[in-house]
Amino acid sequence: MTPRPRDVAVVAFAQSDHRRATPGLSETELLLPVLREVLDRAGLAPGEADFTCSGSSDYLAGRPFSFTLTLDGVGAWPPIAESHVEMDGAWALYEAWVKILTGEADTALVYAHGKSSAGDVRDVLTRQLDPCYLAPLWPDSVSLAALQAQALIDAGETDEDDLAAIAARNRAAATHNPHAQLRGAVPHGDYVVRPLRTGDCPPVSDGAAAVVLAAGERARRMCRRPAWIRGIDHRIEPHDPGRRDLTDSPSTRLAAERAGAFDAPVDTAELHAPFTAQEVILRKALRLTGDVRVNPSGGALAAHPLMAAGLVRIGEAAARIHRGESHRALAHATSGPCLQQNLVAVLEAELEGEPE
Amino acid sequence: MSKEPVAVAGIGQTHHAAARRDVSLAGLVREAARRALDDAALTWTDIEAVVIGKAPDFFEGVMMPELHLADALGATGKPVLRVHTAGSVGGSTALVAANLVAARVHRTVLALAFEKQSESNAMWGLSLPVPFQPPLLAGAGGFFAPHVRAYIRRTGAPAGTGTLVAHKDRRNALKNPYAHLHEHGLTLEAVRNSPMLWDPIRYSETCPSSDGACAMVLTDRAGAARAPRPPAWVHGGAMRSEPTLFAGKDFVSPRAGRDCAADVYRQAGITDPRRQIDVAELYVPFSWYEPMWLENLGLAAEGEGWKLVESGATELDGDLPVNPSGGVLSTNPIGASGMLRFAEAALQVRGAAGEHQVPGARRALGHAYGGGAQFFAMWLVAAAPPTG
Repeated sequence: MTPRPRDVAVVAFAQSDHRRATPGLSETELLLPVLREVLDRAGLAPGEADFTCSGSSDYLAGRPFSFTLTLDGVGAWPPIAESHVEMDGAWALYEAWVKILTGEADTALVYAHGKSSAGDVRDVLTRQLDPCYLAPLWPDSVSLAALQAQALIDAGETDEDDLAAIAARNRAAATHNPHAQLRGAVPHGDYVVRPLRTGDCPPVSDGAAAVVLAAGERARRMCRRPAWIRGIDHRIEPHDPGRRDLTDSPSTRLAAERAGAFDAPVDTAELHAPFTAQEVILRKALRLTGDVRVNPSGGALAAHPLMAAGLVRIGEAAARIHRGESHRALAHATSGPCLQQNLVAVLEAELEGEPE
Repeated sequence: MSKEPVAVAGIGQTHHAAARRDVSLAGLVREAARRALDDAALTWTDIEAVVIGKAPDFFEGVMMPELHLADALGATGKPVLRVHTAGSVGGSTALVAANLVAARVHRTVLALAFEKQSESNAMWGLSLPVPFQPPLLAGAGGFFAPHVRAYIRRTGAPAGTGTLVAHKDRRNALKNPYAHLHEHGLTLEAVRNSPMLWDPIRYSETCPSSDGACAMVLTDRAGAARAPRPPAWVHGGAMRSEPTLFAGKDFVSPRAGRDCAADVYRQAGITDPRRQIDVAELYVPFSWYEPMWLENLGLAAEGEGWKLVESGATELDGDLPVNPSGGVLSTNPIGASGMLRFAEAALQVRGAAGEHQVPGARRALGHAYGGGAQFFAMWLVAAAPPTG
């Protein structure tokens, strides 16, 4: 890999309490306290970051140009250097990381928000599919995930009891996460779409998250223990689930390789696995062994604000490093049906050749 | 370590039309991408990453369409980023792609922007309610017409300025085989007599609704050295945003536009834009925005943009040609419109603009804006690589 011109770190993270519905709260109102908290942590005034990048979806908001409204919460006056991706905020973080690497910015504010409660999210996500071949069939997100889970069971790589254990472990971990929506023992419930039961599926969540990135010395001044981005990469696979081996995630593996995830073992992994079976696939693709703490936050099974859930994974992994609970952590984000597109970031407490 | 210089080695666009019923979304984007690859003499495997831009997903009724378009763009196993910054998105997409090369994350990147507006009704898609105001808007023209009137009142511009711009851009489009509108024999008289839509904006002073796509291959120095045709070099690029509405906002000459231009000029070493820029492709969806942006970008003194238009300086044979391609007034697939401006600027400095080539163009400005005149993206490209 070409040597990077700059070292970039996650120096602050904040998120909302994720909830089943937030009636009466606009996306801007949902976001504002989160922005305030993350900027306070980083010691930045509104509008002070050199670059701002956000991730959200018009289809969730139910109106075109929905992201223009949240600029009111950012403090975009005087005018700011700003961009937006129609993707999970993890990819907004990627765009901001690239911007800092160019040297055009030393600091960046990244945020994401999603109000999944505004529509029926299973129906809404069918509109994400190929409009000629798939969308007319209205296969919803749970049904597609169920196909994937069944393929995994048929391949002998998991069974329903294993999946139930994954659900229980994530939600037990969420007991210690005050922002999570589903915490502690949650009934595994009836089948939603075989073989997936209620407990195998993520909750429908409204929520927001924000991260501050900073380069080099600036990062050290803003954070006692910055979470340095040692590598970050993302890859996509063919769209049609019928053209993929659903029991594997080659794009995750490739992104992890490019991000340097296999260069040294990680102690923590935050995986964006909305469905239990996807955690099995991701663990395999990322070669995570039993001694890695997977989803200490509870993961997407404990809270799943669409468009923010991936950024939350990076934020949670970084926060563990900030608190001294991790030395080297992996964060993952996904997008599209059945893990079509995947991003992997590797965060570390120390830079190469530098004492912690 | 300084940034890697970024070159535009390939440019492609579709033929634009009110409805491209002959192609799907995938067929549309592939048409532009293939032309850009052919121009750069590259194949899909030479592309390391794809950056896709478009305006709201509701225009086609597909949420995050890049997920299924990845297949048509040869993106399997590659990074795909999807940008959406309202009307400026085509420009922002080019800048995000350029940064991937400038940061040395990738060596060769495909930037692509599209809109297939025939899939829905864009005019009503753009008729967003303005907070605390009665819902009276019909189309973007309804939003921008009051700001045009404010410009006329502020500068004392004569009523005919807008029609001059529209007549010029539509005539320029006759020289651009890819343009949507080819109105042969359109007279100034006909523009003046076209129906009034949003006072003072007439039908012929309004952009069409188009289906189309634009693509560019951006590459590093090594890639530029291998390119079969002379590249355009990026000398400066910037984005600026401000809120839609606030007390004191100057809709006629938004500060975000001025700041964005100042940043680009600083990067490119431009101290006298009027003299140093040879040609400009400006995002002019309604005729009056040409004099307004000329002032906002420092290409005309404040209050004098309309005088530059009247003098004929912005004609194809003037000393500061604006929109030789025919501009947004002749072709408007919204998500791609900004990238078309960026691409046309690059075509000009490559000497590859065909019949609408400005002779000897060395430096060109590409400009895009969006939302409530609040999102700006610009780049300055030149025939010579940046020094230092």
